[in-house]
Amino acid sequence: MDTKSQYNDTVVRQFTIMVVVWGVVGMLVGVFIAAQLIWPALNFDLPFLTYSRLRPLHTNAVIFAFGGSALFATSYYVVQRTCHVRLAFDKLAAFTFWGWQLIILLAAITLPLGITQSKEYAELEWPIDLLIAVVWVAYAIVFFGTVIKRRVKHIYVANWFYGAFIITVAILHIFNNLAVPVTLTKSYQIYTGVIDSMMQWWYGHNAVGFFLTAGFLGMMYYFVPKQAGRPVYSYRLSVVHFWSLIAIYMWAGPHHLHYTSLPDWAQTLGMVFSVVLLAPSWGGMINGIMTLSGAWHKLRTDPILKFMIVSLSFYGMSTFEGPMMSIKTVNALSHYTNWTIGHVHSGALGWVAMMTIGSVYSLLPRLYNREAMYSTKLIDVHFWTSTIGVVLYAVSMWIAGVTEGLMWRAVNDDGTLTYSFVESLKAVEPYHGLRLLGGLVFISGMFIMVYNVYKTITAQKAVPVAVMDPA
Amino acid sequence: MELDINDFRGLLTAVTFFAFIGVWAWAWSSRRKADFSASAALPLEEDTYITNETRENV
Repeated sequence: MDTKSQYNDTVVRQFTIMVVVWGVVGMLVGVFIAAQLIWPALNFDLPFLTYSRLRPLHTNAVIFAFGGSALFATSYYVVQRTCHVRLAFDKLAAFTFWGWQLIILLAAITLPLGITQSKEYAELEWPIDLLIAVVWVAYAIVFFGTVIKRRVKHIYVANWFYGAFIITVAILHIFNNLAVPVTLTKSYQIYTGVIDSMMQWWYGHNAVGFFLTAGFLGMMYYFVPKQAGRPVYSYRLSVVHFWSLIAIYMWAGPHHLHYTSLPDWAQTLGMVFSVVLLAPSWGGMINGIMTLSGAWHKLRTDPILKFMIVSLSFYGMSTFEGPMMSIKTVNALSHYTNWTIGHVHSGALGWVAMMTIGSVYSLLPRLYNREAMYSTKLIDVHFWTSTIGVVLYAVSMWIAGVTEGLMWRAVNDDGTLTYSFVESLKAVEPYHGLRLLGGLVFISGMFIMVYNVYKTITAQKAVPVAVMDPA
Repeated sequence: MELDINDFRGLLTAVTFFAFIGVWAWAWSSRRKADFSASAALPLEEDTYITNETRENV
């Protein structure tokens, strides 16, 4: 029989396996640099092991290698199933897999060597940026090529979110990385001063809004209904919340630049849009959680659903916390403190990682023609390590952040600062320890996942899946 | 009367506001109901694996 009547699951399997691999690698680097903040000697006086070089390696690995692979894998799976058609352009799809892995490899080499554009989450130098642009365009062609040849009438909402994520990330990446190359490993940004800052955080916050939110909402809109065995709570709400979310996120970037030389009106604009963002964010959260209404009993027996529901709860919490932190008076306390780190991780570990892990556990058995993962018990153990890990991480960073914020702003009657910087550093040291513990607990679950995944994929040979007839 | 940038900004706000109302009305219209239900059912479909037993039927 010809391959046209089968789904292309090879590329989905490849990306899914790499989700687990890069998750472990990226989080290991995170745990290591968390330890460096307590024991600085852990850099062993080697330049490529310094915190400043490993931190971007950690962020790039977890966001683009772990999160990116998860988005590639699930979007390729979801678009085929919901369009009743095989993925467009097999060779191009394979190119996106190998191209993306090459980019990750190049990042893992250049970042420890100190080759960087010094733009947060956009550190990679221009030759790698060009490669990213090429792979991303190929991704868009494969994804939208599949949507175009779909054999169902309506485009399922998950594909809208994936599509918005793919288009927007292309635009963000290309415009934020416009630079003049001087050598193979060095370039200068075309933007200067505060314009550069604004471009950077327009990019940076939309990386959160589209890479880490819209993309993962796409994942949520397929895998939560799938796992719950119920259609999404309100399809109408998903449409309204989609358009609101993508329209509003675009303007929230300036909240990263409160009390800087960015014009005041732009700061206020960023703040207002960030506060409004609460509405569409919670629209998605409520829609996801309510999908379980009438099926709550399934939470008792299905740890995958527990992953998803706790993930949505963290999404709700961090999208309440974010708008609050974007308010200038709150930001005056929280900015530059560990509170920000706590906020990011309740989003990145709580929402993004837990939704990814739940979706991988849901997806992997289907990719290998199995009823379930090798061990459901181990998924449950993983669920608890993840949940406890995130809670330890977020709580320790909240306490540390508020402590820092209060100490930095404390002044004596004569106007001098009450505390020196090093005193605030000393005060947060125990919380750095608690954060390291949280990270260790979280990553211990990832090792359990590796074992469970290994046992699942080696027990049974993958079988092709027939393309569904037109609806 | 000449239009300046601020008139344009005001206009854009109004257009976006009505676009939002428009999307809302479109999504809540009863004519969408059948399409939306069909779409919402898509994730619940089960895969058909092509094994030796099922090969003839596919």
